[in-house]
Amino acid sequence: MGFERFGVVSFASETLASDFITYLDEGKVMATKCRACGEVYFPPRMQCTSCFSTDIEWFDVGEGKLATYTVVKYGPLGFEDDTPYTLALTEFPSGVKVFGRLDKAIAEDDIKIGMALKPATVKLPDNRVSYEFKKI
Amino acid sequence: MEKDVAIVGVGQSTFVRSCGMTTRELCYEAFAEAMEGINLQPSEIDASIICSAPEYDKQRSPAGVIAEYLGLIPQPTFYVESVCSSSSTGLRVAYSLIKSGLYRTVAVVGFQKMSELTSREAMERMGRGADVVWESPFGLTMPAGYATYATAHMNAFGTEQKHMAMVREKNSGYGALNEKAVYRKKLSVEDVLNSEMITYPLKKFDCCANADGSSCIIVAGKDVASKITQKPVWIMGLGAANDTTSMSGRKVLTGLKAAKDAADVAYKMAGVGPEDIDVAEVHDCFTISEILAYEDLGFAKPGEGIKLLEDKETYLGGKIPVNVDGGLLSKGHPIGATGGSQVRTIFRQLRGEASDIQVDGAKIGLVHNIGGTGIYGNVTILGV
Repeated sequence: MGFERFGVVSFASETLASDFITYLDEGKVMATKCRACGEVYFPPRMQCTSCFSTDIEWFDVGEGKLATYTVVKYGPLGFEDDTPYTLALTEFPSGVKVFGRLDKAIAEDDIKIGMALKPATVKLPDNRVSYEFKKI
Repeated sequence: MEKDVAIVGVGQSTFVRSCGMTTRELCYEAFAEAMEGINLQPSEIDASIICSAPEYDKQRSPAGVIAEYLGLIPQPTFYVESVCSSSSTGLRVAYSLIKSGLYRTVAVVGFQKMSELTSREAMERMGRGADVVWESPFGLTMPAGYATYATAHMNAFGTEQKHMAMVREKNSGYGALNEKAVYRKKLSVEDVLNSEMITYPLKKFDCCANADGSSCIIVAGKDVASKITQKPVWIMGLGAANDTTSMSGRKVLTGLKAAKDAADVAYKMAGVGPEDIDVAEVHDCFTISEILAYEDLGFAKPGEGIKLLEDKETYLGGKIPVNVDGGLLSKGHPIGATGGSQVRTIFRQLRGEASDIQVDGAKIGLVHNIGGTGIYGNVTILGV
């Protein structure tokens, strides 16, 4: 439970990886790693398909670099009031990539692929929670 | 060339913003065109495969009601979907069913009626073609997914917005000739660059339009194909692959890995290479998508797709004419119908029946049809 709080509009209420939300509430963006074979996962998952182990641990993704992005000017249903917002894919040293939004404080002209970023928790209205990437 | 499974008839409805018909009536338009002039009755079709993306339909399980309306009962029917490549997937299933010996003839009917929804509603449903658990909650849309590829391609290879606009300029010129296209106005590079931004770096005219439309492909085995039509078009190669649905899982950001993987399989099966293709239909849902397709299909090396445009090699008269029916950008993109429409164009090209847009002497053609933002790759190679 609790996963229905994720994002501006969520489409799923439950996941085995719902501790992600608990960590988000603590200000951490976490990925998972299989203790048996070492495979890392983002989106996080609690079931390893590399070795079929369910012995999974969480780790902080840390600091990363912008891999690619787009600035959304025309939003879909449910996101009309959010635009413009920047969607970004950030790559981390563990090899995981994390999809999310860029901090709106970063001006569009200042966005550069390769720039250093760090994820941070975003508290949304109605006790909802998400994350965004901030410039380091 | 292996001559086991052939396409013997093709059809499509006119693609329009709003068709004024029910989905079953819309499907009839394509089916009737596909059956025109061939020696085959609906009762002789062994099975039907109905293809669309279900989230647009009010009708639950549309296969039954559409097969009934087309007179394809009591033969079995079933439903196939891979979002924007649903009818290519349907063709793949039809090929397998015939190759297995289970059936001799199969009708593949693709459709989509998108006008029941507003533009924002359609965009929300398309966005849910992304990973709904982890990525849709950020407001990911289909144009935004492709825009991230455009940004990465620009950064890696120096591609500019004007290059993407050149795709629209080319395709709109051919779309003007296509009486079944939704958008028949010619657009210049400047028109595209001056249109409003949808999701950087893609502008309004970098994007295809939602549309209502249907398509139909009649597929037959070698024992009956030549009795049904004097000019069957043979399926030489079929490739399909899928990539991660989540953007986070993508290993490559400057091309669509699923398209490249599918192309590798299709070329190998057909025993040909990119240099052997005379004419191609590629999935230009956005302008950048066509540039990625040039590179993923091996028409150009990675990063060199824009040279094909600059040298007009993908125009009629060029080395490899691409989307000379106007592409999705002109025709519109009724997503379940699109693959069948692409196949229809190549079928007519290979039979020398493409009139104004005929590629002289075309013998081998290729269809590249993608589901979602590079999730499902489908490449089909046809020959005569």
